Amino acid sequence: MMGYPESLTDPSYAGQLLTMTFPLVGNYGVPPFTIEKNGIPTFMESDRIYASAIIVSDYTEEYSHWNGVESLASWLKREHVPGITGIDTRELTKVLREHGVMMGKILFDDEPDNIPEADYEGVNFVDLVSTKEIIHYNEGAGKKAILVDCGVKANIIRSLINRGVEVIRVPWNYDYTGMQYDGLFLANGPGDPDVCNDAVEVIRKQMNMSKKPICGICMGNQLLSKAAGATIYKLKYGHRGHNQPVRMVGTEKCYITSQNHGYAVDATTLGTDWKELFVNMNDGSNEGICHKENPWFTSQFHPEACSGPVDTDFMFDKFVETLK
Amino acid sequence: MKDESIKKVLILGSGALKIGEAGEFDYSGSQALKALREEGVSTVLINPNIATVQTSEGVADQIYFLPVQPYFVERVIAKERPDGILLSFGGQTALNCGVELDRTGVLKKYGVRVLGTPVKAIMNTEDRELFVERLDEINVKTIKSEACENIQQARAAAKTLGYPVIVRAAYALGGLGSGFADNEEELNTLCEKAFSFSPQVLVEKSLKGWKEIEYEVVRDRYDNCITVCNMENFDPLGIHTGESIVIAPSQTLTNSEYHKLRALSIKIVRHIGIVGECNVQYAFDPQSEDYRVIEVNARLSRSSACK
Repeated sequence: MMGYPESLTDPSYAGQLLTMTFPLVGNYGVPPFTIEKNGIPTFMESDRIYASAIIVSDYTEEYSHWNGVESLASWLKREHVPGITGIDTRELTKVLREHGVMMGKILFDDEPDNIPEADYEGVNFVDLVSTKEIIHYNEGAGKKAILVDCGVKANIIRSLINRGVEVIRVPWNYDYTGMQYDGLFLANGPGDPDVCNDAVEVIRKQMNMSKKPICGICMGNQLLSKAAGATIYKLKYGHRGHNQPVRMVGTEKCYITSQNHGYAVDATTLGTDWKELFVNMNDGSNEGICHKENPWFTSQFHPEACSGPVDTDFMFDKFVETLK
Repeated sequence: MKDESIKKVLILGSGALKIGEAGEFDYSGSQALKALREEGVSTVLINPNIATVQTSEGVADQIYFLPVQPYFVERVIAKERPDGILLSFGGQTALNCGVELDRTGVLKKYGVRVLGTPVKAIMNTEDRELFVERLDEINVKTIKSEACENIQQARAAAKTLGYPVIVRAAYALGGLGSGFADNEEELNTLCEKAFSFSPQVLVEKSLKGWKEIEYEVVRDRYDNCITVCNMENFDPLGIHTGESIVIAPSQTLTNSEYHKLRALSIKIVRHIGIVGECNVQYAFDPQSEDYRVIEVNARLSRSSACK
């Protein structure tokens, strides 16, 4: 359907084979991989494809769109990422839903042994995809936010700089506590938050030092929750897709959100200073937390969308409002 | 949260089956009746069409096989004295009837509350001038049209806009009396027909060839909105939906296009104040992300049956 250029370049999919339940994929081709003056890609979510492969049911050979410059297949070939079509992806999804996320391989019939086994458990994917150096965006714009890059999507950076914030993007395990800044933004990222304890330590140090605003998304939610003392567990059925309903706790407000996570915060383990901010309306799992006094809040879902609905981009407004 | 003051509700039914008034209204009305019954609310249905599901035994508590027209509806209201009325489950006829009942003060006289989308919001979607005004307030692009009350005005308007133009009859069902005119001769023929249905026609610039995209939006009384689906017409603008194929979901939109239109739909529905189902239709440029809102229906549309 739509969103494959964004999802393929989303670093949160590192190490994963992306299965599309919508049957027809590739209709509108792929937009140009242009980079803006500020270093942010115009249409993509990062510098390259991060998913390990894409699995589709019915690939459209001939694309048609005013902004398409190449087909999905030619892009995949250019980036050496495998893709397979002709798979009943809805049946495959049922298997995945029943047995949980599992390891997979795409094999050629005549060369069944040439794909090596891959490791997933215990691999620190965040370290693989995070920036290695400090990058500044929108310098001199005003309020400064540290962006902890666990595998950040470009639209998080766009959402912040479009609101007039200077963004200082740092590696996931960087100790920024000695730097000058007004707020802390914890980005999304792939894999298991339990391998990211270095980041949690820095967040804890920061929370002990000051009450500066903190906002977290996805992995950022899990890291802040860990820093707040909560534990994380692996969901049997991860939340994937663009139609995940969440409710803001204590209100009648519901939102349709974009989600991609296999781990969740156990809200019962949160400290007494914290409360749940959002819950998932399908399975009741936690979708965000907030501190009872300080401007520290998170979402497990993706307010930056890309791909997906933009109902919750107020999260960025709230963060920017709290920067004093 | 249930409003305990509502014990009996009148539903304006689907009426005869014709374009713009088809089986989906029978279905949606039946669902509404079932939902009311589940909540323990007594239901009264007005529908002259005996060949519908909603008029079957046991769906509504009381049925009147009467035309959905203000004259008859007022009599039913006087006899049944319902606490509330639902206008958005009977298609265009029911909406028009509801507007009329409100205008003539019948609803006020008998103390009947309009449940769901208020009459003011229906008027905002039905009256082209009000509609464009409302959307201008939130900087949403509409197809600017000129309301003309006679053929001279229509000719002048078409000349300023430039041919081809589209002519629409106001308050019309399923595009009745509407069409394209490539020159003044065609305009004359069209207007002759249109003025026989409607005191007012709308002349606007043709966007022939643009994609026709629709969103089905549901808004609740707490201001939560969902888009049930979007749809893309197989044929471009210029071929009436009733003669085309509609596909859900859209097949040619990118993520950015899909969600731009989705966010716009929600913004529009909130601003107009719809409570319940509605349908937002767009013309969408196939060469950029430019769009125009064609119309908003404060009810489900033929295409809603897709979902």
